[in-house]
Amino acid sequence: MEFFHKVTRFPFMHTRKVWYGLSAVLIVGSLILVGVRGLNLGIDFTGGIVVETYFPTAPNVDRLRAALAGAKIADAQVQQFGSPRDILVRLPPDPNVRGGEIGTRILDLFRPIEAGVTLRSTEVVGPQVGEELFVKGAWALAATLVLIMVYVLIRFTPKLALGAIFAVLHDPICVLGFFAISRMTFDLTAISAILAVIGYSLNDTVIVFDRVRERARSARRLPIAQVIDESINQTLSRTLMTKLVTLLVVLALLIFGGQTLHSFSAALVIGIVAGTYSSIYISSAIALDMGLRTDDLLERRIAKPEEVDGLP
Amino acid sequence: MTSYPRWKIAVVAIVTLVGVLLASPNLFGEQSALQLAKDQSAVVAADRVAVEKLLASKGVPLAGSFLENGRLTLRFPTAADRAKARDVISAGMPNQYTIALATASRVPTWMRDLGLTPVKLGLDLRGGVYLVYQVDVQAAVKQELDRYDQDFRASLRNAHVPYDDVRVDYPDNRVVVTFRDAASFAKGRDAIENDNRSVNFVETTAGKRPALQLTLTPQQIQKRENYAVQQNIVILRNRLNSPELAVSEPQVAQQGADQIAIQLPGLQNSAEVKKILGKTATLEFHMVDETDNPFEAAQTGQIPLGTKLYYTRHKRPVLLKRDIVVTGDQLTDASFQPNTQEGPAVSVSLDSRGAEKMLRNTEENIGHMMAVVFIDRSSEKNAAGVQVVRKKEEVINEATIRGVFSNNFQITGINPIEGRELALLLRAGGLAAPLSEIEERAIGPSLGQDNIDRGIRAMVYGTLAAFVFMAVYYKWFGVIADVVLAVNVVLLTALLSLVGAALTLPGIAAVVLTVGMAVDANILIYERIREELRAGVTPRAAITAGFERAFSAIFDSNVTAAIAGIVLWLFGSGAVRGFAVVLVLGIATSMFTSLMGSRTLVHIVFGGRRKIERLPI
Repeated sequence: MEFFHKVTRFPFMHTRKVWYGLSAVLIVGSLILVGVRGLNLGIDFTGGIVVETYFPTAPNVDRLRAALAGAKIADAQVQQFGSPRDILVRLPPDPNVRGGEIGTRILDLFRPIEAGVTLRSTEVVGPQVGEELFVKGAWALAATLVLIMVYVLIRFTPKLALGAIFAVLHDPICVLGFFAISRMTFDLTAISAILAVIGYSLNDTVIVFDRVRERARSARRLPIAQVIDESINQTLSRTLMTKLVTLLVVLALLIFGGQTLHSFSAALVIGIVAGTYSSIYISSAIALDMGLRTDDLLERRIAKPEEVDGLP
Repeated sequence: MTSYPRWKIAVVAIVTLVGVLLASPNLFGEQSALQLAKDQSAVVAADRVAVEKLLASKGVPLAGSFLENGRLTLRFPTAADRAKARDVISAGMPNQYTIALATASRVPTWMRDLGLTPVKLGLDLRGGVYLVYQVDVQAAVKQELDRYDQDFRASLRNAHVPYDDVRVDYPDNRVVVTFRDAASFAKGRDAIENDNRSVNFVETTAGKRPALQLTLTPQQIQKRENYAVQQNIVILRNRLNSPELAVSEPQVAQQGADQIAIQLPGLQNSAEVKKILGKTATLEFHMVDETDNPFEAAQTGQIPLGTKLYYTRHKRPVLLKRDIVVTGDQLTDASFQPNTQEGPAVSVSLDSRGAEKMLRNTEENIGHMMAVVFIDRSSEKNAAGVQVVRKKEEVINEATIRGVFSNNFQITGINPIEGRELALLLRAGGLAAPLSEIEERAIGPSLGQDNIDRGIRAMVYGTLAAFVFMAVYYKWFGVIADVVLAVNVVLLTALLSLVGAALTLPGIAAVVLTVGMAVDANILIYERIREELRAGVTPRAAITAGFERAFSAIFDSNVTAAIAGIVLWLFGSGAVRGFAVVLVLGIATSMFTSLMGSRTLVHIVFGGRRKIERLPI
């Protein structure tokens, strides 16, 4: 079986203004959404208390709320978590609350409503921890971006590197936009997913650049825009196939992985889609507009010499 | 193709075999178990024989047992047998062991002896409590400054130098001594410098009066802070291993600069543990009353005047004089010295105040015995909801004073195990910078099992989808890729078992992601082969070119993914780190399998044929 038996001839470079426009809308839209709506931060970042309980039969959430309010547990959010039988109680940070106590206290309040209720997990995160984890997460993001930029700079020319950097920044912003619009909980696992996406989505960009470099060396007379177009088209089948399989696997995580992995898998799905888009439509186009020329790719012979004249 | 080197085939074969062997312990599953630990020493082989004999005599079936890290683990066929065994051991060998409920793998003994163990499961998979404590390192620094304050006052008093004031300037981390005039300043400076030779002073003025100032350097502050954190780790570890708590395999580790993370697998209710962790401990040195009989006092209840009855850790009564020679907050360090002239010893350092008192005491008491008392205080609510302080006092060491000493001395006449323990306890009791709990995550066992089930389901379905896709889209080459992927998962499992890294739910997600990314490498190679074939190259050359030309793309893309993984590893903690570990290891195994493994398999399948007409790709 083969989806791409013939090499496609999409004029990616000629139409790049359109894709720039789409990316601009995505990025600006995401940033505005994050700025205006904000992210629904999980207790990893805000601090607070989350108690997860399990009911053998679906309880009436309003009765649970009333039970908590009756016991003067203020500001409690009661919500279903994955299924109507899994009930999550979320409380703001409170220095006087200890994990073991609040869990059993809530369980005692729920027991008159449903005798078989069990405590699944209790999480208590102090506000200073939340802040610290947020700062750490931001640092991890920044460090990954910088290190990857340095690597791309070493491996490729500065103009290609700029294209790669843009594509790399593009994807996490889209993921953040998705989290802002969906109100999905943004927690530590979501940050790990974003980091994984950054590392992973660069794959396609690198593969295209690899081909651009190879083509530029074998077909020196062709205009660089045509070289880029050909390279993207030649690698299109690889790019789409690899992403398709990874997406299949990640969708399995999203569907079967349960609530704990929900934010994580969702971030991966969005990140992979955005990453594929940006590496096909954006990264090479930016390199071209930065004034990439065939000469730029000839002078730096970092790859093995025999690869230079590899193709007939 | 025919020139494919044999050593590569050999390497792939050996790595795969070793991988299968290392991963095999994960196939055995788990059983109910008990973990036995001793308060003071390690559980040894003789103990194991005794326990097994006891269980056999009471007819309790035992599925297996092993010794690890000074703990004895006993496996039982059913949870009911385990409950029975627990009763039998605690009745038949009272107060000998701390018994914790646990689960243990069914791995046969010979495998365990070879060091083959299954992958450890993280708390989110096996259930348990995760606690993070913040160490108040500022309090520790302040304590250091206060100690200088007291030391300086003592030096000036002893030298009979009049002074205006000794003041601790806390946020600026300095101690300032002001004098009335230049003459007393000169004398006072000499007296203080004489007693504190390792400290650098600055001469300054405070309100037009001459002053001597000590400022802690950033290095000193950091050293003090580190010391406080390390010491607290020792205290917490000691307490978690105490017989009062039956916790199996507690883990205590530093997290960041001033936090301590504790993992308590299998624990359900954290209240009991937190009560014990929150205790503050101190030490006191007392002289031993050698004239009265402690056993008589313990029996009759008549305690001689000026003494107090204590008990050792082995429940032996001791009479100590009520006067305190030195308290634990005057102790600055304690370390175990295995080889001194007088055998194993614990060397102890005191601050100048403690040193002075110790000097006077030893001058008067050569040849007499001195004891160290360990005092644990815990505050808890009683049934009526009132805060009460519970105090536990215990004599941890008695030794004869052999010479005059002051700030540095050695405690001898102990065996190496006792010595190590004593140094730990002395340090542990010496100081405890206040701890506050800042994070707690408790995962119930049912949620842990659910997480395992979900994680495995996602892994199976995701991998199956990738397998089917590859086989359909790339035919026989796809099947080769599938075999290689399966080997990849085996190798990853083997590495995880070998490294001893705990598998968390995000870790399982990383395994799934690794499968997706390893497929990538194979697709890159196959697409390149197809491309070469379209360009009219012979099948043999296409295979060679496909593998060689795809290399740089595979390498580059894996490097970028590895960068992200390593950064996560460095920054992350808990479950996130679990994800990063698997991601990085997975990148390593998938590089190996897709580049070397896949190539080897293709060679084995197609390399032997003389002529390949068409590739099944």
